[in-house]
Amino acid sequence: MSKLNTSSSELDLDRPNIEDYLPSGSIQEPRGKLRLRDLLDISPTLTEAAGAIVDDSFTRCFKSNPPEPWNWNVYLFPLWCLGVVVRYGFLFPLRVLVLTIGWIIFLSCYFPVHTLLKGNDKLRKKLERGLVELICSFFVASWTGVIKYHGPQPSMRPRQVFVANHTSMIDFIVLEQMTAFAVIMQKHPGWVGLLQSTILESLGCIWFNRSESKDRGIVARKLREHVEGADNNPLLIFPEGTCVNNHYTVMFKKGAFELGCTVCPIAIKYNKIFVDAFWNSRKQSFTTHLLQLMTSWAVVCDVWYLEPQNLKPGETPIEFAERVRDIISVRAGLKKVPWDGYLKYSRPSPKHRERKQQRFAESVLRRLEEK
Amino acid sequence: MGNTSSMLTQYDIEEVQDHCNHSFSQQEIVSLYQRFCQLDRNGCGFISADEFMSVPEFAVNPLSQRLLRMLDGLNFKEFVAFLSAFSSRASLQQKVEFIFKVYDSDGNGKVTFNEMLDILRDLTGQFISKHQREEVLTQVLEEAGYTNDSLLVQADFMKILGNSGLKMEVEVPVD
Repeated sequence: MSKLNTSSSELDLDRPNIEDYLPSGSIQEPRGKLRLRDLLDISPTLTEAAGAIVDDSFTRCFKSNPPEPWNWNVYLFPLWCLGVVVRYGFLFPLRVLVLTIGWIIFLSCYFPVHTLLKGNDKLRKKLERGLVELICSFFVASWTGVIKYHGPQPSMRPRQVFVANHTSMIDFIVLEQMTAFAVIMQKHPGWVGLLQSTILESLGCIWFNRSESKDRGIVARKLREHVEGADNNPLLIFPEGTCVNNHYTVMFKKGAFELGCTVCPIAIKYNKIFVDAFWNSRKQSFTTHLLQLMTSWAVVCDVWYLEPQNLKPGETPIEFAERVRDIISVRAGLKKVPWDGYLKYSRPSPKHRERKQQRFAESVLRRLEEK
Repeated sequence: MGNTSSMLTQYDIEEVQDHCNHSFSQQEIVSLYQRFCQLDRNGCGFISADEFMSVPEFAVNPLSQRLLRMLDGLNFKEFVAFLSAFSSRASLQQKVEFIFKVYDSDGNGKVTFNEMLDILRDLTGQFISKHQREEVLTQVLEEAGYTNDSLLVQADFMKILGNSGLKMEVEVPVD
């Protein structure tokens, strides 16, 4: 009677315990003999469900909070109109011009360097890196980016990776301006994809495809190979795997943390007063997002290069990932949530529900035995 | 209460408040409307099962499928009425009534042994066998003075759950 059928699926020992984060602390372990009311009283489970319906930590991560409109009054409204005129009529064309000049310079230097210096690899790579940093600076100028870098600049050393929190694809440009990283990215369609396959390829960037499961093994191998090479550009990884709204961090994927090398955390925090840099890929394309940035006043952000971390003895990669996430979240003032970013695209694993069921089942059977 | 506008008028708020027996304050109803619009991503006036299941905290709940059946196709007014049992202003009777409705899947006002078994199965999954479930339920029913064939009505639920200090409350975040 008291024998339990154990779950055939292994309890996911990989994940940190979600129960530690969820506000279900009110459910204490009930004691005493099992009565009818204990079985009929489903109020704790219902309360959890209703709580999730009313507000949940996952949706909050991807909510782009629109700024309060401040232009509603007779004095401020003309000022705001003037601002619009300045931004769209003056700043925007100027920025487009700057960006176009940047692209012309970049392309006219890049292709000769790429083709003519084919034999002289070391020089070619050095020039290409410089050129990519240049075009990124042009991009940043085109949004009037005011970026404050704190901490020692990343150095080119083997066996180290850089991880950062992810808010938008411009994170990559902001960081690339200072150091020509090789980044691991989702392959995008359109003009972004074109850029990825031509220019970024030369930096040593690695592509992945979210929807393919076998992809993970291939990517892990490529990561390892890249990190071993002393000549390769420093590798930048966004372990969240998706863009989050710069108020929260979702769980880090452990891929970057099981390569057996030093992990250097980078924290990025955008100042929302000027523009909300969160790229809600469900709501807008990257082009629209860029245009939005180019018609705002400025993009202001802080970048902190934090102390390199190593796997501590006895620490699993998941614990290591959580520890680094903690460091980044504290530095950038972000709240942590216990969800995997990929839940944007898929349902949670049934293991979480099974764990709840198992707990309840054990409690029922145990209390049945009590007198 | 158009599904495209994200602004409620005062009349709308009062209508919803009446419908849920004043279980929520006007500010809470505005917050709930923002939440409703946030979940109803395709803006069709009700939240589909898929949209509910995209909330991971809801999807991992053992009773999510059951609740989805009750939530299916509800417009905002009905959505608020559904949640009214979880308000701090709701009476114990309203909460017990809600629990009864969750059990009474065929809606005939009577809860059978099988309906109770179904909920128990949702809550314990594969960790208790069907036979064990039946035994447990039979045993506690007998101790409470019922049999396997008893049909429980709301009054019975009120008697069983009534004085247990039932806590079923959810706080609506108000900006």
